[in-house]
Amino acid sequence: MESSNSSQDWDLVIESKSSLFDLKLYDLWRYRDLLRMFVKRDFVSFYKQTILGPLWFFIQPIFTTLVYVFVFGNLAGISTDGLPQFLFYLSGITAWNYFADCITKTSTVFKDNANIFGKVYFPRLILPLSIVVSNLVRFGVQLILFFSMMVYFYLDGADIQVTYVALLFPVLVLLMAFLGLGIGLIITAMTTKYRDLSFLVTFGVQLLMYATTVIYPLSSAPEQYRGFIEMNPMTPIIESFRYAFLGAGEFSWNNLLYTTLVTLVVFILGLVIFNKTERTFVDTI
Amino acid sequence: MGKTAIKVENLSKIYRLGEIGTGTVSRDLERWFRMNVLNQDDPFLQIGQTNDRATKGDSNVVYSLQDLNFDIQAGDAVGIIGKNGAGKSTLLKILSRVTAPSVGSVKVKGRVASLLEVGTGFHPELTGKENIYLNGAILGMTKKEITRKLDEIIDFSGVERYVDTPVKRYSSGMYVRLAFAVAAHLESEILIVDEVLAVGDAEFQRKCLGKMGEVSKNEGRTILFVSHNMNAVNNLCKKGIVLSNGTMAYQGNAESSVHYYLNNNQNSKGADLKHKEVSITALTINSRFGDVNTVEAFERFQLTIEFEIEKGEMQDLYLGVFFKDAYGSRISSISNWLNSQDFKAAKKNKITVDLTHGVSFREGNYSVDLEFFIPNKVYFENALSFEVINSSTTGYKKEFKSEYGNVYVPNKIIHEV
Repeated sequence: MESSNSSQDWDLVIESKSSLFDLKLYDLWRYRDLLRMFVKRDFVSFYKQTILGPLWFFIQPIFTTLVYVFVFGNLAGISTDGLPQFLFYLSGITAWNYFADCITKTSTVFKDNANIFGKVYFPRLILPLSIVVSNLVRFGVQLILFFSMMVYFYLDGADIQVTYVALLFPVLVLLMAFLGLGIGLIITAMTTKYRDLSFLVTFGVQLLMYATTVIYPLSSAPEQYRGFIEMNPMTPIIESFRYAFLGAGEFSWNNLLYTTLVTLVVFILGLVIFNKTERTFVDTI
Repeated sequence: MGKTAIKVENLSKIYRLGEIGTGTVSRDLERWFRMNVLNQDDPFLQIGQTNDRATKGDSNVVYSLQDLNFDIQAGDAVGIIGKNGAGKSTLLKILSRVTAPSVGSVKVKGRVASLLEVGTGFHPELTGKENIYLNGAILGMTKKEITRKLDEIIDFSGVERYVDTPVKRYSSGMYVRLAFAVAAHLESEILIVDEVLAVGDAEFQRKCLGKMGEVSKNEGRTILFVSHNMNAVNNLCKKGIVLSNGTMAYQGNAESSVHYYLNNNQNSKGADLKHKEVSITALTINSRFGDVNTVEAFERFQLTIEFEIEKGEMQDLYLGVFFKDAYGSRISSISNWLNSQDFKAAKKNKITVDLTHGVSFREGNYSVDLEFFIPNKVYFENALSFEVINSSTTGYKKEFKSEYGNVYVPNKIIHEV
């Protein structure tokens, strides 16, 4: 028995338990074409049979920004760090939306795809990854809107400047992607057992936005809450984003480092929990 | 002896009935800690319950598969048969890595492709061609492989004209054809197929079966095939495995496995021949061989039913006997209603049905359903099974093949010029 086992090398061993850190990265690489297909599917199916098509990517941030300008800017009179209100809110919304979409969409991965997962094997992580990438496409389109508004306001004489932090932009995007993905992975893994969590997500993300410097600058945050707001790992990202492209806001390497550490911890935790759950979630969902 | 492609060792899969989890968060945590940190077995797992749906177990833990061991040689086509709930689907799910086993392991040599469903992940808004790519990728093909086989796939599917149309406009038949075409062109050493052929028209089914047979013979691919279609299992597979209540009941070549299954499946005698209004006390088929549920084609045999009616005497007893072939299709019925015979029933009754005179079932396995109206309908499914053999050449002179049907009607052909 023993000898026959060792005489053959197996390509695949399916066991009841797998190592906590066996993340099957090779498999993930082998299925990279699938990732591309999923992204394409999301994109194509989003605008097929809509009249405005990809224009919808613009409509949502523009209207949200207009509402914010009206409510928070004009009615509440919250400071915008000396920036044009429209640009201030648009920058916050564009970046926040990407992060929020990453969380909300990945947090329902198991539930939404239970029928595919129940029928065929592929590395489960492909799907949440594809969501993050699809959102990236959408984020890119919305960035075009943001940049054209920047140019418009600049020509209009607004006091904005692009700083050296703009070089960190790819890092900021990665941080948002992995932080959102990490949180989403943890939530989706938990929702396979405890369904109530999914109700908490949209609501929680909404609340979290108010604890982030999307509608107010960090500089005008009340002193007693400032520490709390700075503890939110998204705050340094939004602040850096504003500082990078508009030249206002607070940029600090320490805060960014803190965010990076939190992101790493959350993402790795998410990966491990997700990998643990994917093996048997079909039985419980 | 060939190389082993799949080695299944001590495989068990446990499902918890009712609630999910152990019920409390603290026990969930304890279980998680013991299993994942201390690497122990599931502490809340109870041993010794088999998965029999008819009897209510005293534990809410059920073995869908229990201690399964077998090897499959590379290049074999193996049919997996068993009743609903025998564990076939669970086994396929584990082999295709959709779910993990609770205990034991499966070792696999070669790339596995599984088809538990055709068209997994098809998106209605995408065109046929786009879906070929998507579905192919889900099944594990790379973009390059799909591009190389695209023409072949489209050709096989026979929906060439519509490849640039969104699949939501397809008829269900076209949809299935396209989906199967993708699957049929998978390049893997091991192919796992669940009963996906149940859809699609007969012509296409034959094409698929042909393709699968071709694949296993020519390319030396290992195939695991689950089906209720015993003909397909017989035609396609070399070997067979019969599962029963999550354990292996039989392993052998395809024909003997089918035989074993048919003989044992319907013979769950006595178990469900009782109903609160009527119970069958004896049910036999008598032929020249005696009471052995075996009948010679073209020879007289008798079906005897003894039953008790709980409430005693009654007017207008109705009794129906349905004959079904091995695949569960009704092929003929006998009833006193059809014959316009009225029976007045007593508490204890005996009915003998005499079947005679030239009409004959084709050799093979049959089962009998019984139906009573007293006056409520009471139905006994698979109450009895029997086998028809043909050792003489009384009626038809040549082999009566399955494609000729199941019943031979005696006839005389008159030829005039």
